[in-house]
Amino acid sequence: MIKRTPLYDAHVAAGAKMVDFAGWDMPIHYGSQLEEHHIVRRDAGMFDVSHMRAVDVAGCDAQAWLRKLVANDVAKLTLPGKALYSCMLNPEGGVIDDLIIYFFSPTKYRIVVNAGTADKDVAWMLKQAEGFNVSITGRPELAMIAVQGPNARTRFWAAFPDAKAASENLIAFQAAEFNDWMIARTGYTGEDGFEITLPAADAPAAWTKLLAAGVVPIGLGARDTLRLEAGMNLYGSDMDETTLPTESGLTWTLDLKDANRDFIGKSAVVTRHPQRQLVGLLLEDRGVLRSHQQVVTKQGNGETTSGSFSPTLQRSIALARVPLGINIGDEVEVIVRDKPLRARVVKPNFARHGKALI
Amino acid sequence: MSIPSELKYTKSHEWVKQEADGTVTVGITDHAQEALGDIVFLELPDAGRTVKAGEECAVVESVKAASDIYAPVSGEVVARNDAAIDAPESVNQDAYAAWLFKLKPSNPADIGALLDAAAYAKVADEH
Repeated sequence: MIKRTPLYDAHVAAGAKMVDFAGWDMPIHYGSQLEEHHIVRRDAGMFDVSHMRAVDVAGCDAQAWLRKLVANDVAKLTLPGKALYSCMLNPEGGVIDDLIIYFFSPTKYRIVVNAGTADKDVAWMLKQAEGFNVSITGRPELAMIAVQGPNARTRFWAAFPDAKAASENLIAFQAAEFNDWMIARTGYTGEDGFEITLPAADAPAAWTKLLAAGVVPIGLGARDTLRLEAGMNLYGSDMDETTLPTESGLTWTLDLKDANRDFIGKSAVVTRHPQRQLVGLLLEDRGVLRSHQQVVTKQGNGETTSGSFSPTLQRSIALARVPLGINIGDEVEVIVRDKPLRARVVKPNFARHGKALI
Repeated sequence: MSIPSELKYTKSHEWVKQEADGTVTVGITDHAQEALGDIVFLELPDAGRTVKAGEECAVVESVKAASDIYAPVSGEVVARNDAAIDAPESVNQDAYAAWLFKLKPSNPADIGALLDAAAYAKVADEH
């Protein structure tokens, strides 16, 4: 049975084209994916991301447990509401999921995980909790709305003036609790904005108020091209349980500073030397790169993991896993329908904050 | 959804227009462009290429996916629409104006076997 978010009726009423995304009936676009993409880069758009799962962690061992569970180190979180992006690894160093952890106190955190992996993640967390004084509570009843774009915060405050005081001083990657909402200055677009986690019952009215404040509904199609332009990985495409963070452009998320901390997957990521790396590709010939296309390089073959047309750059871009030894600026070929197309290796950071970075 | 009655159609969502000079003009239907979404790239056959009915001979790529275009009848490609290559969004704007290529059919009688507008409307309803 396909699942619906509390905003399903709002999407249908807005003329959304609905698709099955990880078992959820979600809007892929409301008319034009390209226009929606540009609205987020230039003004403000909103995404229903209620399919993502909040998981609350509480208890006197919450910090110690999270320091074991994930590869980044929550001990560096001291500012209330501050968030941390991390991988949750299996013992072989493969990525079970990527997630965001919000810190409220050393005994109270919230984790937000991907929709497609939520059940697997919670089962894994519960299994790893043995021996720790910690409670792990999935919150599938909560809705999430991401408001993103250069004008996102201003328009959010126009819709919810009461929430301004609680959220106007948030720095990037910090959240505040506001009544029973969580307002986080995070996102998946490369633009400023908030991600609001709120009770399902509040979501339709909040969506309507944001609409009235000029925030435009954006489908998951544009969410994908926005995150790709921002060089953000998509779980299941750019990394999974068979890839190391070091092969996935995520070495920066491994915190090895505390030699006494033993997180799951640590020995594997320390001892297993990556043979491959994740890079960005900019297509120089005409065409559109897609995932799972062969990349031919002087050092051997690789594969695209995500690819699309970049609305901001007006040409095609991709993330690709290629052999070590390939450097930024190198020329490679991508095989598209049996034809080699020329592409240039670039840093996987194509566009953010309304601007092309290439 | 617009399905002009004077055109012929295929089950794979191409439209076919018979021209006075004996050639046919081929494009994708309004239903097809709407299903594909924003079109960003066209790969069209070169003039002089010989194609068989049902052969993949062009590609329309939208932001989300690539879609093959099939030759509606056998024949020789006599022209392709370079203006559409330069402005792929024109297919979204008017799928019946933004033609893709022109064919000289090897057997003009083949055109009669294509779907008429009423038959295509049923196909489009099901997909």
